[in-house]
Parts: sequence; C-alpha cells; structure tokens
Amino acid sequence: MTHPSDTGTAPVLALRDVSKSFGAVRALRDVSLELFPGEVHALAGENGAGKSTLIKTLAGVHRPDAGQVLLDGAPVVFHGPGDARAAGIAVIYQEPTLFPDLSIAENIFMGRRPRRALGRIDHRATRDATAALMRRLGVALDPDRPARGLSIADQQIVEIAKALSFDARVLIMDEPTAALTGSEVARLFGVVRALREQGAAVLFISHRLEEIFRICTRVTTLRDGGRIASEPLAGMTEDDLVRRMVGRDLDELYPKQEVSPGEVALSVRRLTREGVFTDVSFEVRRGEIVGLAGLVGAGRTEVARAIFGVDRWDAGEVTVDGKPLVNGAPSTAMAAGLALVPEDRRAQGLVMDMSIERNIGLTGLRKTVRAGLMDRGAERSRSLDWAVRLQVKYARIADAVSTLSGGNQQKVVLAKWLATGPKVLIIDEPTRGIDVGTKAEVHRLLSELAADGVAVLMISSDLPEVLGMADRVLVMHEGRLTAEIDRTDATEETVMAAATGRAAA
Amino acid sequence: MTVTAPDQAPVTDVPKAGATRLVDRVFKMRELAILLVFLVMIAVTQAGNSAFLSEQGIKDLLLNATILVLVATGQSLVVITRNVDLSVGSTLGISAFAAGTYLQGGGDSAVAVLLAVLMGVGFGLLNGLLVSLGQVPALVVTLGTLYIIRGIDSIWVGSRQITAADLPGGYVDFGSGGISAVPYLALIALAVLVTTAYYLKHFGSGRELYALGSNPEAARLAGIPVRKRILTAYTFCGALAGLAGALYLARFGNVDSGTGNGYELTVVSAVVVGGVVFTGGSGSVYGAALGALLLTSINSVLPALGVSSVWVLAINGILLILAIAVDRIVALRVADALKKRNARHG
Ligand SMILES: Nc1ncnc2c1ncn2[C@@H]1O[C@H](COP(=O)(O)OP(=O)(O)OP(=O)(O)O)[C@@H](O)[C@H]1O
Ligand SMILES: [Mg+2]
Repeated sequence: MTHPSDTGTAPVLALRDVSKSFGAVRALRDVSLELFPGEVHALAGENGAGKSTLIKTLAGVHRPDAGQVLLDGAPVVFHGPGDARAAGIAVIYQEPTLFPDLSIAENIFMGRRPRRALGRIDHRATRDATAALMRRLGVALDPDRPARGLSIADQQIVEIAKALSFDARVLIMDEPTAALTGSEVARLFGVVRALREQGAAVLFISHRLEEIFRICTRVTTLRDGGRIASEPLAGMTEDDLVRRMVGRDLDELYPKQEVSPGEVALSVRRLTREGVFTDVSFEVRRGEIVGLAGLVGAGRTEVARAIFGVDRWDAGEVTVDGKPLVNGAPSTAMAAGLALVPEDRRAQGLVMDMSIERNIGLTGLRKTVRAGLMDRGAERSRSLDWAVRLQVKYARIADAVSTLSGGNQQKVVLAKWLATGPKVLIIDEPTRGIDVGTKAEVHRLLSELAADGVAVLMISSDLPEVLGMADRVLVMHEGRLTAEIDRTDATEETVMAAATGRAAA
Repeated sequence: MTVTAPDQAPVTDVPKAGATRLVDRVFKMRELAILLVFLVMIAVTQAGNSAFLSEQGIKDLLLNATILVLVATGQSLVVITRNVDLSVGSTLGISAFAAGTYLQGGGDSAVAVLLAVLMGVGFGLLNGLLVSLGQVPALVVTLGTLYIIRGIDSIWVGSRQITAADLPGGYVDFGSGGISAVPYLALIALAVLVTTAYYLKHFGSGRELYALGSNPEAARLAGIPVRKRILTAYTFCGALAGLAGALYLARFGNVDSGTGNGYELTVVSAVVVGGVVFTGGSGSVYGAALGALLLTSINSVLPALGVSSVWVLAINGILLILAIAVDRIVALRVADALKKRNARHG
C-alpha cells in the first residue's frame, strides 16, 4: 500500500514543532505529526509518553506552548474543544466523558441535536439517529436510558457512537478499545475502515499492538514527549515497534512460571444474582492463575463484585480457605484475605486529588498505623517501593494522582491492591491501558504472586493475555459458565466458541 | 491477534424503551409522590375543618405559594447546573423596596415590575460572573452577595417602611385579586413555570444546563459554553427573584429592610423537597414548584387543624430530610435496575 504522503495529497490536520509542558513536566517537545485523508494513523508510546496530551492539543483542549496546529495546511488556533469540533474533528478521549443524568441519545447529540421549528429539539429524530448508530455498531443499548450505571465497555461504545455521529473529517481515538472484547473491536474496525474509504483521517491509540497492525497504515511513535519516528507500518514487526517505543528490546510478554497448585483458596458454589449471572461454580487453588474470559456483558465483572461483596448475591456460597464469606460485606472479604482490583479504576479505585503516595497507602492504613497514629514514613517507603516496581511515571510521589497519564493511574490502583498482600487476588482487566513494557512487568508480578502461593482470578478481555497467563480458563456466556478449559487445551478457537455460545467446548 | 468474530457479532434490535420507562416512571413518581402527600394533607385538613377549602381558603393557599414557586423555579435552574444562589432573599427584598419607592413617588405599575426584574437581573449577572469566572464555590460567593445586597438594602432603606397606603390602589388590588379562587399572581407564576419547564425540555441550551450539572468536565469537552450557561442560569434566577419582589409588594404592601431575610433557606428547601438534586444534573421545575406548594401549605394547614404554628419549622425540616432519604433510596434502586439491565445484553 502506498502511503498518502507519497501521493501528494495535503494533510487535513497537522502539528508542527509543538511543545507543551505542565509545570516541570515536558509532556510534548517539538512534536510534528501529519494526518492525511484516507489513512488510519497509529500513535504509539509508553504510558506517559504524551499521546493523550498530543490528542488534546489537536482537539483544542490544550493550547500548545510553542508550535502550531495546521488545518488544511493553514495555521489555526482552537480556543476550546468547540472550535475543533466545528472544524470537523471528532475525539474519543481516554476517559469516558458522559453525562450520567442524561439519556444515551442526549449524550451522543449534546450540543448539536436535530432541531424542529423555533430551534426546539427534535427528540424523536435524536432517538432514531441514536438507534441507527447503535445498529451500525451492533450493540443493543436503549437510546433513552440514562448513561448512569453503564459498564465501562458500554461507556466506550457510547463515546464511539458520539464520535461517529459527526461525520467528522478527522476522527481521533484515544484507546477506544481498551475495555472492549474481540467482537466489539471487530465492529469498530469495520466502521473505521468505512470511514477511511470515505476519505476521513483517523488517529488511533492502543496499547494492543496487534490492533495497530490490523487497522493502521502508518505509525508515529512518541517517547518521553519527543517524536521518535513517523513511518509506514508495512514491513514493520511488533518487535520493531516496541523497540521504538521503549528504546530497548523487551522481555518475554507472558513470563508464566510453572506452579503446582496447592489447596483450594477460593471456592464459589452455585452463585446466582438474579438477572445477572446464574449458577456459577468454580475453585481457585493457591498458586494458580485462573483466567475468566467472555464477551463484554457476559457477567464476569459482576461475578467478581459479588464475590468481593460489593453487590449482594441471591443464592450460593463463597468460601475463602474453607470459611464462608458474608453476603454483601467487602470488609469481611478483605479481612479474609481477598483483594479486588476493580474494572473502573478511576471511579472505584482512586481518590483523584490525593497524592500518589496516599492513594497507594490507603488500603494499607491498618498496617502503617502505630499507636493510633499514621506512620507517614512507613507509608511513604511502602508506596515508593510499589511505585518503582510498577514503573509509575511521575514527577514527585506527592503529586496528585489526577496529574498522571491514564496508564499510570491504572498502575497506582494496581499498586494499591497489591500492597495489601492478599491471599486471593481478583483482578479485573489487569493491563487495560497499560503499555507493553509494563504489561510484561504486571504479568511477571502476577506470576510471582502465584508462585508465592496467592490464588489469582484474572478477568481479561485481552485473549492473548488469558491464554498466555492462565493455568485454567473459565469462560462465561450470558451470565453462565459455559466452559472450563485447561491451559494445554486453551486456544483462541476453543475460548471464543464458548464465549459466543456457539459450541460446548 | 485478538480474536475476530465479525460475522457472529450479536446484532440485537435496539430495545424499545425498557430501562427508560422505568427511570422515567421513577422521576414522574417523584413528582407524583409530592403531589400525593400534598393532596392527602389537604384532604385530612378539609375533613378536620370543612371551612378550609372555601374559595378564600384556596385563594390563600395559592397566593401563599406563588412567590415561593417563582423563586424556587429560578433557583432550580441554578441548582441543576450544580450551583446554588443564596442571595435570592436579599434580591427579593431590595427589589421589592425599589419598586415600592418608585410607586410611592407616583410611578407606573408596569414600570415598577420591570424595575424590580431589572434589579434582579443585575444581581443575577453579578452572581453569575463571580461564580463562572472565579474558581470559588457558588455557596461561598452567593453567601457573600447575600450579605452585600442585604447591607446595601439596610443602608439605603434604614428604618423606612413602605405600607399599602403608600401604593397605588390598583397595584394592591391586583395583588389580592383574581378570577374566582385563582389569584392573578398565581397565574403569572404558572405562566413562568410552564415556560421555563418547556424551555428546559425542548431547547438545546436548556438541556445543556443539565449536562453541565451532570458532568462539568465533560460539558467543557463537548464544547458547551459553560460560563455563558451558568451566567444565564444566575441571571434568570435573579430576574425571577426580582419579579417575586414586585409581586411580594403587591401581595403584602408592606416592605422594609428585613424583607426576604432568610428566605433563601425556604427556597432551597422547596427545591430539594421537590426532587431537584443538589449535586446537579437532575430534577424538574415542576417538582420544585410542588415542593414550594407543599411547604407553604403546611403554614395554612396547621392553624386550620388547631395545631400551633411553632411546629411548622420542625415539619419543614422533617420533610426535607425525608425527601433526601427517599431520593437516595430511589437512586440506589434505579442504579441497581440499570446494572441488571446491562448484564442482560451481549
Ligand atoms: N493536567 C496535567 N497536569 C500535570 N501533568 C500532566 C497533566 N496531563 C498530563 N501530564 C503529564 O504529562 C505526561 C504525558 O501524559 P499523557 O497523558 O499525554 O500520556 P499518555 O501517552 O497518554 O499515556 P497513557 O498511555 O498512560 O495514557 C505525563 O508525565 C503526565 O503525568
Ligand atoms: Mg493517555
């Protein structure tokens, strides 16, 4: 495939020598980027490399400190996101930006709804257009339901629908697939290809490299705020790309240690929550990593939440080391040695305005209290230790978590729960939004924890991760466990067959 | 190499209104619930005192509610944007006195009303500017303007007082007159209420008020002119407080420097009892109006039943806490129902 810069077409949108700093952090330094009509351009880089900052500069959220944004070759200044939108630039931000109180339809068309006479909103047309978008994306979401309570994946889908509703000339997507499973991603890519054919320019960010190779034609890599290269993807390998991103060769991505499982640590028997999941039974042994796979909405997260006691269950039993847990009581679950790293990290896992140090320290409060007072020194050293192990990229450990890049926020949540030293670790999407380098690190940590005798239940939408890390794979489909597959028999085909309910594995 | 299953991707028809109907119903129910409490209260009182619902009785009930309904309508808009205006009582007081002073000097009634409204607009603009430009919480800013306006009022008014005798007869008659049991003032309030509700539901800028109360950061990213909208909400709120001042003058004929003192708390209570959520993003002006009607009616109900009016405040407080508790429980229930619905698809 020839790439567009050869064909002489002009870029629709470009950055020229753009720099942007936040205090002492230089998030972007002299970065240039050109987006051509009809290309899907990947933006790759580690957590904190400056990808989201670049996008926000294109979207008019940030004003560059130096350098220019060029629209159709001419310099422009966007005074706010509204300006960029008016110029035909649609953006999906890394963190969902929905209005919980408003309906999905209103969320999608906020600010530019179909009108009737006298400028009144045409509610029916809004609703119909939303329904059409949902069909195009192949999801069953009621346009009239409020956005409150949507799962992370569904929030992503609404964000995607919002961006598509524009007929934008430039579509910018910051990790749109992070929470999605294979079939939704396939749908999204179908739509993206169609847009590309219509001549739109697409900028795509993902930490799943295989996705980049599947959909993109060119890639720009960033490292520490600087541009490393802009080049066609054809002829590149994943290793080449990783080397550009991290500046060195990478260790094994799935460093799974062989462990012989010990006695049963977590046992779930006939667990049912009406209308959500039914008759779920399984066991996790000490030293074992059990993967829980399934499509979005299959009920995986819900099972985890019920086990931990965040939601109540209607029937069944959960035991840890043979002792039953109390229904709906997270504190007793924690006391029994259970830890849950939640899916929605931003909402459920972090106090955004608190420092990195305090956030990591939160779960360990009891351990760092001496004579009723907090031992700040102990908290700090413990937090530092974990921040370093997970390679969190920050300026100072006393900075607020809200100043971190998306992936680094994820790492803080991980650190917070790993620091509790759990017996049973339930981890929902352990590497969502985390860059390849750290992914390998998280996998190595999980593997080490298991080797130390921790029982790990890992929910993941990243199938290679499940196949690479799990000793056993449990598969859910529409609220039921449909398969339990041993590591040796687990392949993409067997897992997907069970996940889509096509076959008994 | 994520697994692709494009052909098998489930394409389900978008369900008709499922979850929505439920949620809609809950919110309608919220307003219906207040209406029900109100009707039961009236029925009980009527049973205990058959003179209660005389023509004059109904008229008094409506007249008492009118001014609170107006101010609560304006306040709702501000609360929906996740802000609050505590200066409404002061604004009402000072604009009532301004209109009164003007009428005292032989001015025209319509101009007096306009004057009061403009005065409200001015203070609303001031509040709106301070809140939208400064990074200071609305609670603090409007607490400040509450005292500033009250201070100006005290210096200007001093110990002067305006009584009905100082006002043109027509103005006062209008304040107490009406079409059989329905006072003119109540009709004005109703017109304002219906127009505001229509605006909030059917106009983009109205919906944007909900959006920015629901998630301010997302509103900014969606390109909503956040400052402008907040300014609009405050200006409208101020205008209605000013209008309420003019109507207050017409109804009571009696204004001094203490007029409207502490009124902001009643207004906020009415809004919250009416189901406008204090953290922004949801609620309706109809709810707020019903809340206002309910709170003011208690004032008439207790004496009619021979209960000492010292109970009024306590009962208002209980209603407020009940309303918040009910909202909380309903919110949890709805969240649960929505979550279950999530899990069903896919
Ligand atoms: N509002 C802010 N205040 C202070 N620092 C910030 C702010 N936003 C971003 N940064 C810093 O700028 C750098 C780049 O962040 P950015 O969000 O662009 O990274 P990213 O490449 O998107 O990473 P990720 O893959 O984790 O999303 C990081 O070091 C981050 O801590
Ligand atoms: Mg980012």
